[in-house]
Amino acid sequence: MTTFADVAVGTDLPPASYPVTRLSLVKYCGASGDFNVIHWNERIARSVGLPNVIAHGMFTMAQAGRYVTDWAGDAGAMREFGVRFSAMVVVPDDDTGATIELSGTVEEKLDGNLVAVALTARSRDAKVLSRARAVVRLP
Amino acid sequence: MAVNASYLGRTFPATEPYEVSRVKIADFAEAIGDRNPLYTDAGAAKAAGYPDVIAPPTFPIVITMAASRAAIGDPGLGIDYAMVVHGEQRFTYSRPLHAGDVVVAQSTISGIREVGSMTMVTTQTEIKTTGGELVCTGYGTLVERGSE
Repeated sequence: MTTFADVAVGTDLPPASYPVTRLSLVKYCGASGDFNVIHWNERIARSVGLPNVIAHGMFTMAQAGRYVTDWAGDAGAMREFGVRFSAMVVVPDDDTGATIELSGTVEEKLDGNLVAVALTARSRDAKVLSRARAVVRLP
Repeated sequence: MAVNASYLGRTFPATEPYEVSRVKIADFAEAIGDRNPLYTDAGAAKAAGYPDVIAPPTFPIVITMAASRAAIGDPGLGIDYAMVVHGEQRFTYSRPLHAGDVVVAQSTISGIREVGSMTMVTTQTEIKTTGGELVCTGYGTLVERGSE
């Protein structure tokens, strides 16, 4: 578990990458209740001008959340979490799908054992989250 | 279609009580691929000081979406839902949600701004236990792309 005393401003979190396949999106539709067709129907996705089926923004945000809580060592540590969805994660219909690559830097240490982490998420060289920031409470 | 700016500040009725369940949390964690034991193992969650399994940080979207849909879907607001994309999302938490929490969610339209041909509408949704404890606040910004 990461402790408040352990972390220093400017420290980089170890990068991580997470896969996203068509199956991930079907599961996420069911679990979240967001059945927007652009997340599972390629024909309709293309008909509205998208390059292919795209991941839910909230699926990508969930990967960023997992990245932070895994680093913090406590899944309940999050106190603030915000992102801007700056590009689409395009998910092709093959066995590999797409990859979401996460990196982060400790941005600030705050009162009350709070630590702010600036996050970056990329997929196929596009920055898919911008202004992404999480504040966790560490022991 | 223009968005009705007089809706700024309007608060919509709270949702019916929603009970956070172990099964729903486990399904959500599986769907996002996160195997953290605090989401599925009540013993591990209790050992970590929580009353039951906790929910991942983005789980509250399941609850806030139902409430904000009532606001965004109000015909008087004038949003063309087919033209909408999710622009931004933010949460503040006083603690994680856990199985057994019974909560209601209530949305307020907290921002309407136009940027070029796009209109951005932000809803602020508070998730409170039926006992009145504020657990999480979600801020979701939807972007309506201009049709011209």
